[in-house]
Amino acid sequence: MRDLKVTPIKNGTVIDHIPTGMALKVLRVLGIAGDVASTVSVLMHVPSKHRGWKDIVKVEDRELNPRELNKIALIAPDATINIIRNYNVAEKHTVTLPERAVGILKCGNPNCITNGREPVESVFLVRSKEPLRLRCQYCDRELEDVATAIL
Amino acid sequence: MGGWKGRDVLSIADFSRKDIDLVLKTAKKMVPIARGERTSRPLEGRILATLFYEPSTRTRLSFESAMKRLGGDVVGFTSAEGTSVQKGETLADTIRMVESYSDAIVLRHPQEGAARLAADFTERPVVNAGDGAGQHPTQTLLDLYTMWDERGGIDGAKIALVGDLKYGRTVHSLTYALSNFPVDLTFVAPSNLQMPKEVVEHARAQGVPLAMTEDLTHVVPDLDVLYVTRIQKERFPDPQEYAKVAGTYRVDAALLRDAKKGLIVMHPLPRVDEVAPDVDPTPHARYFEQAFNGVPVRMALLSLILEGGG
Repeated sequence: MRDLKVTPIKNGTVIDHIPTGMALKVLRVLGIAGDVASTVSVLMHVPSKHRGWKDIVKVEDRELNPRELNKIALIAPDATINIIRNYNVAEKHTVTLPERAVGILKCGNPNCITNGREPVESVFLVRSKEPLRLRCQYCDRELEDVATAIL
Repeated sequence: MGGWKGRDVLSIADFSRKDIDLVLKTAKKMVPIARGERTSRPLEGRILATLFYEPSTRTRLSFESAMKRLGGDVVGFTSAEGTSVQKGETLADTIRMVESYSDAIVLRHPQEGAARLAADFTERPVVNAGDGAGQHPTQTLLDLYTMWDERGGIDGAKIALVGDLKYGRTVHSLTYALSNFPVDLTFVAPSNLQMPKEVVEHARAQGVPLAMTEDLTHVVPDLDVLYVTRIQKERFPDPQEYAKVAGTYRVDAALLRDAKKGLIVMHPLPRVDEVAPDVDPTPHARYFEQAFNGVPVRMALLSLILEGGG
């Protein structure tokens, strides 16, 4: 299974080593919906040399900002980001967890003020990276399941 | 943390040992004014807004008394009924409106995180007077003040917290605060209502020696402070089980027979059956002083956040 079913892209961003099943959440975290101007390929359940299976996302003609991309570390801590220029990997980054996750997670506490109609974005502070522990800045409650809390 | 003027009082976790010491010392100076033995009007012309989205008579009255004892005035509401809140106004909008009518805002709200959110929408200092099951830092400060004042200090005290340690926010905040001091803690509760793991972990990480037990009788003779909280009936599916547990953790004069002379018994009040009335006349009872201490402690905070200090 050396050749992928999707051809290499000429210019853009490839997000590799996403845990299998998380590709669509990665798109959601990055705010990539149906309104993009270029082709977005999502490969799910692709054989991986290191971990059995993985997902891959390719966004053509767009170089995603590495700082933005760090948000996906919340759900894909081992993801790698390849910036492609003229079919070559021009830059390669690994994601690093930000100190704060703003506006991308919903607090799991139903009685948290951020779950009402207030005009605020949720803010989570990273308490520990390994294992991943996040605390709501407003109600202080720890988030139990990060993947399901993504807005 | 930097200066006091304009500072929010949202969570006890934001207070260092130095901050706590300053509040306690300032509160001590406020006592004669709080008792009406001396007058002082440093906050004359200042207005405190007390926004109580749910009733809490003791907390509200002690804030109002604190502000008025310092010569200031108070505006506010005592429940969300009949206010624009009922019409669906967001807390953020209410705060932006109240900001223009007052110099500081005290907020009691049924949802966790409300005070922090309020602080995001105003330059005025916000004091959290309880947000749902979250924080109630002024209660913690008055608890600390009571221990400090009654014993002449907190360092070295052997302190037991008794009752519903799992759900009681008072005992969680108190544990966080006491972790700043060299004290010895014992958590006394039935196993299903013991202190949550994260609170225990925090205290341990701060190097506080602590023990956990279900047996109150055996710990009493060693203690300097016995802090009692209510065990709520609704935590038990079986009423008989509740009755048994509630009986086990009832503090009465007989239980205190072997206690140290200087032991103080505290309770955030209101109490139901967990501290028997026969404790009231003993030299151990301090819960009514504790309730009074809410006034000088809140005076100290209001004076610090409105006038500065430290």
